[in-house]
Amino acid sequence: MTAIEVSGLRKSYRGHEAVRGIDLTVARGEVFALLGPNGAGKTTTTEILEGHRRRDGGDVRVLGEDPGTAGSAWRARLGIVLQNTDDAADLTVAEMVRHIGGLYPDPRPADEVIELVGLTDKRDTRIRQLSGGQRRRVDVALGIVGRPELLFLDEPTTGFDPEARHRFWDLIKALAAEGTTILLTTHYLDEAETLADRLAVIAAGRIVAEGTPATLGGPETRTVSWDGHTERVTDPTELIRKLVAEDADLSTLTVTRPSLEDTYLRLIGANR
Amino acid sequence: MTITHGISRGRVEILQFRRDRTAVVFTFAFPALLLLLFGTIFGDSYDQPGVSASHVFSASMIAYGILSTAFVTMGAGLAMDREDGTLKRLHGTPITSTSYVLGKLILVLALSVAEVVVLIAVGVLVFGMSLPDASHWLTFLWLFLLSVVACSLLGMAVSTIVRHARTAGAILNVPVVALQFISGVFIYPPTELPHWLNAVASIFPVKWMAQGFRYVFLPDGMKVNEVAGQWELGRTALVLGAWCVVGLVLCLVTFRWSERDR
Repeated sequence: MTAIEVSGLRKSYRGHEAVRGIDLTVARGEVFALLGPNGAGKTTTTEILEGHRRRDGGDVRVLGEDPGTAGSAWRARLGIVLQNTDDAADLTVAEMVRHIGGLYPDPRPADEVIELVGLTDKRDTRIRQLSGGQRRRVDVALGIVGRPELLFLDEPTTGFDPEARHRFWDLIKALAAEGTTILLTTHYLDEAETLADRLAVIAAGRIVAEGTPATLGGPETRTVSWDGHTERVTDPTELIRKLVAEDADLSTLTVTRPSLEDTYLRLIGANR
Repeated sequence: MTITHGISRGRVEILQFRRDRTAVVFTFAFPALLLLLFGTIFGDSYDQPGVSASHVFSASMIAYGILSTAFVTMGAGLAMDREDGTLKRLHGTPITSTSYVLGKLILVLALSVAEVVVLIAVGVLVFGMSLPDASHWLTFLWLFLLSVVACSLLGMAVSTIVRHARTAGAILNVPVVALQFISGVFIYPPTELPHWLNAVASIFPVKWMAQGFRYVFLPDGMKVNEVAGQWELGRTALVLGAWCVVGLVLCLVTFRWSERDR
């Protein structure tokens, strides 16, 4: 069963093609991360999937429906954490969580959600008075209060301090363990590596690579170094067998898998 | 569901409005201040015994009060909700646009009731205007409701041409101020104005609102100062009703949850 199915998605703003034919499949229960630099088309793609933006072309199915036409019952199954909102500044955390929760058929109790995002001591503080990171945690609380089947997180940890970020990761892992499907956009690679089952890299409106955090960028990218030589190969075993047969000096032999960051930078660099 | 969500929005809207002190002070104090100024400065008297200019202003200014709470608050509020992400946030939840609008109408209705109470209190306590009898209050009720609904819907419709929330107040106040000059609110009797201005004013709701409130609070003999020499209650209901329909249609056509794609 798939949660999200996208094929050939296109979107332009005044002649500028922001999304140029994206294909994407996210299974139920999966945590999927979209990585990419600013302006790559991550937010546009996410907002089309959320039903916030119209698409110019392509087929999109989210929880079995077309987000362009889906209604209230469909939205009740989603949770959305947007970027850059500044609403409800004069309400307290608890008032806003309770209010938004009340719009869903089966919400989590407000205090439980506030506890989950670590804002219990701020529950009666007006949202206006929160720091940027705390404000972001309110957004997360509002995204999960309706017990979503599918949760969209658009750069959720921007402005978090390290401790808050780790707490947030634990929360996302817990939601994923309960079976929530999660689509995450981020430009923090450690975040994608920690949370995502699978990920895709977007650059200039296209998906340039897709895989698990370990296999992204393909298997060819193992680097074998020995005795002053360096070679990038798909099958390091074969190379090493050959080197042994040739009686090469292997006292300095290393085989390295590129880090996600190396792979990412290579992919982005190649697609600028 | 639509109704419960609408009421829930209405509660939150009122709560947020109450906590924004500047909005509270300006929305309520400004029309009352104008009424105090106009009522004190202009001392004209009319052929009717016991009626002074301050009574006329007290009645007409109710139209202004409703314009400022319904038209301006609604229009600026919607522009603000579009800009600060309120609309986007809500559109990600199961709420329907009808519930959202219902919430705004509840806010506007509450504000308008409070505003009108303040203005009538100034009229009665400061200027000694007398309160009307029950049948006039009945007219007041339908006139008030039609005025609030028409102004709110038109405010929503106009807000779609407002690009930035910070300019909303300025833009929305242009028709508000202009219409008050030609509709017998600031300049009375309206027969002092050129004919064609009277004709223009009679297209818009403000003239009918002000004239209706004058019917409610002034002695019957004051009707000679109106353009038609009559209170024209039936026509008032028709014009305001028509504007409600126009406003509703405009809202249905123009309402959108998100900003236009850049």
